[in-house]
Amino acid sequence: MIAAIAFYLFAAILIASAVMVVTSRNPVHSVLFLILAFFNAAALFLIAGAEFLAMILVIVYVGAVAVLFLFVVMMLDVDFSAIREGFQRYAPIGGVIGLVLFAELIFVFGSWSFADNAAVLRLNPMEPGVENTRAIGRILYTDYVWLFQLSGLILLVAMIGAIVLTLRNKPQAKRQDIGKQVSRMGSVNLRQVRSGAGLAELGIERPPVDAPAEKPKPIAHDHAHGGHH
Amino acid sequence: MDAFLATPLGVLALTVAQAMALLVPLLIGVAYLTWAERKVLAAMQMRKGPNIVGPFGMLQPFADALKMLMKETIIPSGAARTLFIMAPMITFMLAMLAWAVIPVNEGWAIADINVGILYLFAISSLGVYGVIIAGWASNSKYAFLGALRSAAQMVSYEVSMGFVIVTVLLCVGSLNLSDIVRAQEGMWFIIPLFPMFIIMFISALAETNRAPFDLPEGESELVAGFFVEYSSMSFALFFLGEYANMILMSALITILFLGGWYAPFDIAPFTWVPGPLWFIFKICFCLFVFVWVRATFPRYRYDQLMRLGWKVFLPLSLLWLVLTAFVLKIFGWLPGGV
Repeated sequence: MIAAIAFYLFAAILIASAVMVVTSRNPVHSVLFLILAFFNAAALFLIAGAEFLAMILVIVYVGAVAVLFLFVVMMLDVDFSAIREGFQRYAPIGGVIGLVLFAELIFVFGSWSFADNAAVLRLNPMEPGVENTRAIGRILYTDYVWLFQLSGLILLVAMIGAIVLTLRNKPQAKRQDIGKQVSRMGSVNLRQVRSGAGLAELGIERPPVDAPAEKPKPIAHDHAHGGHH
Repeated sequence: MDAFLATPLGVLALTVAQAMALLVPLLIGVAYLTWAERKVLAAMQMRKGPNIVGPFGMLQPFADALKMLMKETIIPSGAARTLFIMAPMITFMLAMLAWAVIPVNEGWAIADINVGILYLFAISSLGVYGVIIAGWASNSKYAFLGALRSAAQMVSYEVSMGFVIVTVLLCVGSLNLSDIVRAQEGMWFIIPLFPMFIIMFISALAETNRAPFDLPEGESELVAGFFVEYSSMSFALFFLGEYANMILMSALITILFLGGWYAPFDIAPFTWVPGPLWFIFKICFCLFVFVWVRATFPRYRYDQLMRLGWKVFLPLSLLWLVLTAFVLKIFGWLPGGV
């Protein structure tokens, strides 16, 4: 009973916050609602007993991806009224795209076929006594190891692509070479100084002591200038 | 009594009681951490530190808290009100929330869940939201700059921290925090994984925005960083959250590397001290080093901080992870008999 109540509560918040992501006027609020949606999705995973997926969802999406989203959205200088002006003009195109996607979904759902042992697997997804972290690992690194590695490779290519696109090697840009700085010699010297030794003993020059130091002239403080003390 | 505890209401009451038993000492610990930090810093700088309120200045944290409560809460007119008020609450709540899975002794955790370390990592990676929301909602350039710095910094150091945790997990074969401690009964992980301990400690400094990585709040350049606009209790919540996070990171280091509740040697005088006390001693040691570092090192420049995170720690921790995996595989030490 409690699990059912929790499920409906989290699902309701999830859908409500997903709607708010699309409808809220401020993009920063949108991202924050997106984070709330991720959270509730993680809670649904927890209710389904998939604790590993729930935690990974929070770590990856909320802890890293959404932070960068928020980071970018906060720094963008967006003119909100300009965005809303174009709404009427682009609404038909958006509607058509939405319809095409919807039709495709229906098509996929209609022609969906399950594997032969899917029903049995769904009833008993993992052997009793095996944590789901271990269960996922057993499948991911055996049956699906090539797909798993391939997806990693795709992400790597995307990352390198992003770096290549944004990296600009301007010749006039000043760069630091930390190794060179640390290993430089000659310009600054460290000397072992015996404690208690005077400067003269160490051979460090200083102005001769016997010359009478020129005393700074005392500033005349006469009241003739009208200064009031 | 047992029958009552089995009912949903009983479970709720028990959990609340357990949470109170953990959080009340924790908050008192936070209060005294601020006092201890000032005392230790003072000793290192040859000053006296707080010594007026109560014996040895011991009542100073409570005097400070009372002062904070009495002050007026100021909300800037340009601020996004709801988010402005939410940000310190998020910071404080997350700092408290993470303690649910910390095992203080054998079987002494409020929730001894299977994926404890992931939970802890998830919660600590959320800490950045309190900072970034505070910076944005304040509608002030200093606060915003501090928040941006902090977001980049925390995300950067989380990566190498993740690799450190994975290395420890390779040696344990479980994501459960109690299992991680139990795996260190013979030898603490600080001995075989010493370089990772160093990386973890420095990353923890960066993650909690402590000196020498306190750029998000850098007093001399950003006034006070992301919480410039905060006053009174909302400021106090940030302050408490930051110190609670320090204790949390120390607890995490204790669990991962310093053998949790185990005594350093399994012989007579050491084993007389109960486990939770050892746990607290180890946390206190880590906290002392936190303060020691603050008194010793000047602040990093921002590009140096990023370089350290991405170009030094990330390759180093990755290398050590691969090395650990190789050694475990070659010598057949992998847990779980794979």
